Amino acid sequence: MANDTTADGVVLAADGLPLKASLTRAMRKSRIRALLLVTPLFVFVLFSFLIPIFDMSMRSVDNWHVGTLMPETTKALENWDGKALPEEPVFAALMKDLKAGAISREIGKVGTRLNYEKSGLRSMITSSARKSKKVKEGPYKPIVLKMHKRWKELETWTVIKRNTSKFTIGYYLNAVDMKYDNKTNDIVMQPEDRQIYSTLFLRTFAISLAITLICVVLAYPISYLLATLPTRYSNLLMIFVLLPFWTSLLVRTTAWIAMLQSQGVLNDLFVFFGFVDDANRLQLIHNLTGTIIAMTHILLPFMVLPLYSVMKTIPPSYMRAALSLGANPVTAFVRVYMPQTLAGIGAGSILVFILSIGYYITPALVGGTDGTLISNQIAYHMQTSLNWGLAGALGVLLLFSVLALYMIYNKIVGIDNMRLG
Amino acid sequence: MNKMLKLSALAVAGVAFAGMTSTAQAVDLNVVSWGGAYTASQMNAYHKPYMKMHSDVKINSLDYSGGLAEMRAQTESGNVTWDLVDVVLSDAITGCDEGMFRPIKIDEEMAKAPDGTPASKDFLEGTLLSECFVPQIIYSTVFAYRADAWGGKKPTTMADVFDTKNFPGKRTLQKKPVNNLEWALLADGVPLGKIYDVLDTDAGKDRAFAKLATIKKDVIWWTQGAVPPQLLADGEAVFGTGYNGRWFSAIAEEKQPFAMLWDGQVLDIDGWAVPAKGKNVNAVMKFMKFATDTQRLADQAKYISYGPARKSSGPMVSKHATLGIDMGPHMPTKYASQGFLTNFAWWADNGDEMTERFNAWLLK
Repeated sequence: MANDTTADGVVLAADGLPLKASLTRAMRKSRIRALLLVTPLFVFVLFSFLIPIFDMSMRSVDNWHVGTLMPETTKALENWDGKALPEEPVFAALMKDLKAGAISREIGKVGTRLNYEKSGLRSMITSSARKSKKVKEGPYKPIVLKMHKRWKELETWTVIKRNTSKFTIGYYLNAVDMKYDNKTNDIVMQPEDRQIYSTLFLRTFAISLAITLICVVLAYPISYLLATLPTRYSNLLMIFVLLPFWTSLLVRTTAWIAMLQSQGVLNDLFVFFGFVDDANRLQLIHNLTGTIIAMTHILLPFMVLPLYSVMKTIPPSYMRAALSLGANPVTAFVRVYMPQTLAGIGAGSILVFILSIGYYITPALVGGTDGTLISNQIAYHMQTSLNWGLAGALGVLLLFSVLALYMIYNKIVGIDNMRLG
Repeated sequence: MNKMLKLSALAVAGVAFAGMTSTAQAVDLNVVSWGGAYTASQMNAYHKPYMKMHSDVKINSLDYSGGLAEMRAQTESGNVTWDLVDVVLSDAITGCDEGMFRPIKIDEEMAKAPDGTPASKDFLEGTLLSECFVPQIIYSTVFAYRADAWGGKKPTTMADVFDTKNFPGKRTLQKKPVNNLEWALLADGVPLGKIYDVLDTDAGKDRAFAKLATIKKDVIWWTQGAVPPQLLADGEAVFGTGYNGRWFSAIAEEKQPFAMLWDGQVLDIDGWAVPAKGKNVNAVMKFMKFATDTQRLADQAKYISYGPARKSSGPMVSKHATLGIDMGPHMPTKYASQGFLTNFAWWADNGDEMTERFNAWLLK
C-alpha cells in the first residue's frame, strides 16, 4: 500500500495520478453531461418563454415613438415652458419631422402612440403629415395651425412634450385606471366611465379563488373514493376523471354551451320536471355562472390527480389505529386523515388557482359580460387594438401579482409541503 | 467514412441548389384571407383560374381571423412571409399609416373596366379610402331576426330592434362599440346622415350609451362571426347582428326561418393589401391586377352574397353557382340607401376611448 501515497501525503489513484485530480475530472465529466442533458430544455425555455416575457415587459415602458420618429421636434421642445403655444422654431422642426415621416411612412406610429393619451391626435398627425408634402416655405406656425384644429390646443403640446422621453409609466397608469391630466401633467384617476382594469383584476382573483374552493370541495370526496376503492373499481372511476381531461378544451367548452343555454339540455329538464316554467328559463351561460361551471369542470382533474396521489400513500392502518384507540370516525378523519392530505390540497389549489388566473378561451366563449377575465382584455389589446404596451403592462402586473401570491403561500403553507404525488 | 461524409454533403448542397434555382422560376404566393366559404369563393373566382393561366405560380391560401397583430409582428421581425392579405378597410388604413402595407397606384397598377374607364373611376365611390387598399367586395353588418318569433308581426326599422315590449326576446350583438353606438342613435331618432355629427359630441355619446342601456339586459354579446346564426337557430336569440353573407347561407342554404332587416345596415369594404416588405411584390401585383378586374369580381358573387366593389361588375352578377338563386336581391349594395358607411376616420381617433368606455359600461 506504500505506493498509494506520495512522500508529501497526496493520495494516488490506481493509475498513479493524484486521487483528488482524477476525482475532480470524473465529477466535471458528469457535470458536463448533466449540463448537456438540460441544455435543450434551457434553450427552449429561454427562447420560447424568458425572452418573449422580457420583450413584452420592456414594451410596457418603452416610449421610443416620438423621440425616434420626431427627433427635430423633440429637440426643439426641450426648452419649451408649457405655458403657451410654442414659437416658430418648434413648428419649423415639426414640419421637417412630418415631411420625413410622410416619406418614411412611419409617422402613423406617432399618431397611434399619442392617441392613447388623447383621443383625436391620431388623425391630427396622419392628416398633417399628408398635407405637409405640399408645404414649401415658412413661416410654418400659421400653416400648421390651419392643418388641424388640435394644434391650437395647449394640451396637444403637453402630450407631445411628455412623450418625448424614452420611457413612460403611461401604460402602467392605464392598467390601474389612472392617467396623466393633459393640462397639468399630474397623475389622476380615469373618469369613472372608463375605469375597467382594476375591477377586472379583482374579479379575476375572486373568480379564480371561487373556482379553486369549489374544486377542493368537489375533488376531495372523488379522490378519497379513488384512493380507497379496490383497484378494479377505482381504475374505472379514474377513466371517468381522465376522459374529459383528454378531450379538447374547445369541445368541452362548447358542450357546456349546449348543456346550459336557455334552450339547452339542463333547462329543458328543469321545465320538464316543473322546477321552472317555460317562460322563465334560467340564464346559466354567457355570464358569471357559465364561466364558473365550465372552468370548474375543466380544471377539476388538476385538483383530483394530486389529491389522489397523496391519498394513495396514506396507509389505511392509520385510520384503523385512530378508531381502535377510541376516536369517533369524524374526529379520526379530521385529526388523522385530513392533515396528511394537506400537501395534496396545497398542490392542487396552487395548480388550479394559477391556471384559472390566466384562463382565456373558456371565459371568452361562455363569459358574456360579467364572466370575462383580465386575460381577455390582454388578448384584446394584443390582437385587436394593437396596444402592445398596455397588453405588456397588464401582463406584467398579472405576473407579479401571481408571484406575490405564491410568496405569501410559501410563507404561510411552505412550498416544501406541496406534493404532487 | 470521411469520403462518404464529403460526398453526401455535396449531394445535399446540390439538391439545395437545385431547389433554389427551381424556386427562382416558380413563385409561391402566400395569400391570406378569412377562411370558410369566403376563401372558397376567392379560390374559385381568382386563385384557380389564375393558376391555370400561369403554371409557374402556386398560390397557397392561408387563413387568419383578422386584425393586424400577425402582420405587425412579421413586419417588426423583418421576416414577412405573407404576400397578400385580405383586410377590412379600417385595418388597411391603420396598417398603411404604420407603414406595414405598400401604397398602390390604382390607375397604373390595376385593370381598367372593359369599356376603358380607369380603375379609380370604376371602383364604387367612397371605397378608395386608403392608398394601400384595393377594394374587392362590399359586405354589410346587418340585423336578421327569427321570422316565427312574434306571430304575424314583423320588425321593419332599427327602432323595433330596441323595442323590447313589442318585440321581446334576446338580441345578440357584437361585443364592440363600433356600429352598436350608431344603431342606438339611429333607433333614438337620429337621421342616417347626422349620426357621426351627434356622436362627435359628449352629449351624443351619452345619448348613444343611454339608448344601448335600454336593451342591455336583453343582449347576448358575440365575438365570433359564426355565433349569431347559431344563437338564432337554437332559439336563444330573436334578433342578431352579423355579416350578410353568413345570414345568406343560413337562410338560402340551410333553410333557417330567418328574415333580413336591411334598415340601418352598416356597409363595409373588404379588399386586398400588400405587405410592404413582402418577398414577391412583382408577382403578387400581377395576380392582384387579375383578381380585381371586372370579370373576376363579378364571378366571386356566384359563390357568396357579397357585392362586387366595381361598378362595371354590378350588371354581370348572375345566379348562384350551385343553388341557382338569382343573387341580385341578396347583395347588400341593393339596399345601400337604407344603410350607412362606418366613419373610419372618426373611429380611428375615438376607437381606443370608446372601447374602454364600452367595456367599462359592460361591467357595470
